[in-house]
Formats: sequence, structure tokens, C-alpha cells
Amino acid sequence: MEDEKIQIALRVNGEEITARVEPRMHLVDFLRSQLELTGSHLGCEHGICGACSVRLDGVVVRGCLVLAVQCDGAEVTTIEGLTESGEISDLQEHFVSRNALQCGFCTPGMLMTAAELLERKKSLPREEIREFMSGNFCRCTGYHAIIDAIEETMNDRRSGVQ
Amino acid sequence: MGIKAAVKAPKFRYVRPQSLSEAISLLSEFADEARILAGGQSLIPTLNMRLSQPEIVIDINKLDELKGISLETGHVRIGAMTRHVEVMGSALVNENLPLIAEALPYVAHVAVRNRGTFGGSIALADPAAEMPACILAMQAEIVLEGPTGRRKVKADDFFYGLYDTAMRPDEILIEVLLPLAKPGEVFSFMELSRRKGDFAQAGVACRASISAKTFEKIRLVYFGSELKPTVGKNVMTALEGQTWSENIDEKIFSELEDDLDPIDNLHGSAALKMHWQKVLTKRAIAAAVKKTELV
Repeated sequence: MEDEKIQIALRVNGEEITARVEPRMHLVDFLRSQLELTGSHLGCEHGICGACSVRLDGVVVRGCLVLAVQCDGAEVTTIEGLTESGEISDLQEHFVSRNALQCGFCTPGMLMTAAELLERKKSLPREEIREFMSGNFCRCTGYHAIIDAIEETMNDRRSGVQ
Repeated sequence: MGIKAAVKAPKFRYVRPQSLSEAISLLSEFADEARILAGGQSLIPTLNMRLSQPEIVIDINKLDELKGISLETGHVRIGAMTRHVEVMGSALVNENLPLIAEALPYVAHVAVRNRGTFGGSIALADPAAEMPACILAMQAEIVLEGPTGRRKVKADDFFYGLYDTAMRPDEILIEVLLPLAKPGEVFSFMELSRRKGDFAQAGVACRASISAKTFEKIRLVYFGSELKPTVGKNVMTALEGQTWSENIDEKIFSELEDDLDPIDNLHGSAALKMHWQKVLTKRAIAAAVKKTELV
């Protein structure tokens, strides 16, 4: 059986990267082990928990369910890139002020998913925010504080609060 | 660099063909030893968990001819590589395929819908998946292509059993042709799961022609509880000619005991699933009747 490494070229957080990867390596193992971007977490590795969420070509995906080799030519944004760009600094502030994290394991994934929601919707009933976020598990907070933080960010953005 | 990655998936060869003919010739070369990688939302978990050990993974994500939704004579064509998020956002689907539009929000969660594909869901035939049940309720046609050419298979003849379909090992699912609703037809969809977006514990897709609350024609397809999407023939026959009321004779739903053979597993016992399917049937037909009143 062959296990040759394959050359890939992609953009990660705006930076051009070329690397050689084994086909069996998924995107988050690549990000964590080869690029040392350890903000994306691995919980279940079968698509249930959402801790590995990253942005691939503009949309949030399960980073454990995409092979690194498939990302040749792609644009990947991780929590490190999203933080650096300032795109979700208001959301991150609200996560802190609302105690929307405790151990922090799920937080990068929560933020990646919430970032897509905030990008798509200006306003949404609380119940629908819950539903949008339902693919991300949190074992500490009981979710209410997370939904609070997202709702408050949405309200602030709508009313122009900086 | 410092961090050592744990080894998870078994080794496999990876190819990303640029044309359908290249993909099919690879597939016919490797057949059972090959896996087609579409959205990967079911295949990659099985690789990560080492439940599947293909010799070669054929990534069809570059095959643009398998993507897209179009309105054709008498049906809507959904290309196999069309992602769930695109189907969900499609005006063509919302206008012409009400059952698909109603069921899609139940398909997994946002990150999975951004990646998972319509054709992948049909080809895999997961017993808890929504789309196989919907296309069987709609009596869609599935277009397959192998080394000897294309063929169409009716949804009624497609689903054989647990992850088992009419697809041959050297065939790729190309597209699904979904018939437009006939005048007066209504659809409804019911699903029970622990968390919205999780795998169904029980569910039913309903297609009906209803006049003055009387079921002239009705088709009910069950999923989640069975090994494959299953047509509820006996309950359908019993319902035809019946007039809906809240007090409809519950004995009708007992007909399901001859239609279904629920799987006993951690999502519920066979008896509990049978109960859920009866309850969901009543809710589904009530919802269908309500839709005729709104028109």
C-alpha cells in the first residue's frame, strides 16, 4: 500500500503555505502538528462535537472531516486568524463578559460557528440562534451564556455599538 | 516542527480526478477497494475511526459537471456533488420541491451541511438519513454512471438494505431527478431526534392528495427506525378513503406493525420506535391536511 506524501499549496490565515502531507491526515491534525496552530481543537473526530470548526473557502466546516490534501488551493481561516483580523473581537469580549466559557475547549469552535451566523444574519430569535449553534457541544456552561453572548453581539452590531 | 500528530486513519492512496471518465476508470480498476470521497461527512469519520480501510480514495470534489440544480421538463435535477447548504438555499428547490425544502433543516448541523452533498447522502443510504426517505416518497429517479454507460434507477428499486443500494461497485451517482409536485399534492415531514440535526430515531416523509380532509392518495416513507427507507404500504392502504379528524381511529396506525420492523439499538427499543412511528404518522397526516386548508 502506498503512503506517499502529497504536496499541497494553500492559504492559512492569509499566509501562503506549501507542505507535504500524508493523504490520511485531516485538516486539523495538519494545522496543529505541522503549522502549530493549536487553537483548533479535536474532540470526537467524527463530526459530532464541533470543537474542530474552521473556515474553509468562506464557510465553517468540521476540520476533522476534511483531509489536508483536499485543501490544495483552498483558503483556510482558523481561530488564530479570525482573532488577529479583529472580525470577532466584539463577540470575544461578550464571551468574556457573559462567562460564555469555562474550560475553553469548545470555545474556538463556538466562535467559528457564531462568526458565520453573525455574518449571515443581522437579527435572529434566540431559539434560532440556539438551533444554528446546536452542532457545537459545550460541557461546562450549559449553553445559555454562549447564546447570551452571541445575541448581545448581534444586538450591538445592529444598533451600531462599537 | 515540534508537535507529533497521532495516527488515526489507515493509509490509503488519494487521487483527485479532473474528469468523470477518469473517476469511473479508476473506480472500475479498484471497485470494492475504492471509496468515492464526496462531502466526506460520513466517509471521513469511518476513516478516522478505522471502520473503513480503502486502498484508494477517489475525491470527486473537482468534478463541476456533478454540481448544480436545474429545472427540467417534469423534474428538478440535483447534481450529486451539490452541497446540502446549496440545496437549502435554492429558490428552485423551495418553489418546486416542498418536501426537500421542509426536510433539509433536519439534515445535520450548519458545518456539516456546508460540506455534505445531496448525492453522497443518497449513495450512502444511511438508515437515519432524511434525503433517501424524501426521494423515495417523491418517487425520484437516480442516475448512475459506470464503465458501460449511464442508467436510471427508480427510487423504489434503489434501496436494498443497510447501506446497500442498487449501485454497482464501479458506478458513480451522477444526479437525482425529482418529479415536480402534481396539482393538489401536499407534503409533510416529521422527525424525532435527541438534538435537532442529530440522527433520526424515527421519522416519516408524507406525500398526499387530500380533498375535504379525505385522503384520496397517500404515500408514507419511514426512516430512522428501519434498516432502509421503507414504504408503509399497509398503513397507506388503510388510510386511503379515510377522513381526517383528531379522533381518527387509532387502529389504522396499528397497520404499521405489518410495514415496519424497527431496529433495537441505543436510540430506542424496537417497541418504542414502533410507538414513535405511529405517533409521527398521525402528526404527519394532520400536518398534510392542515396544508390543504391553507391553500
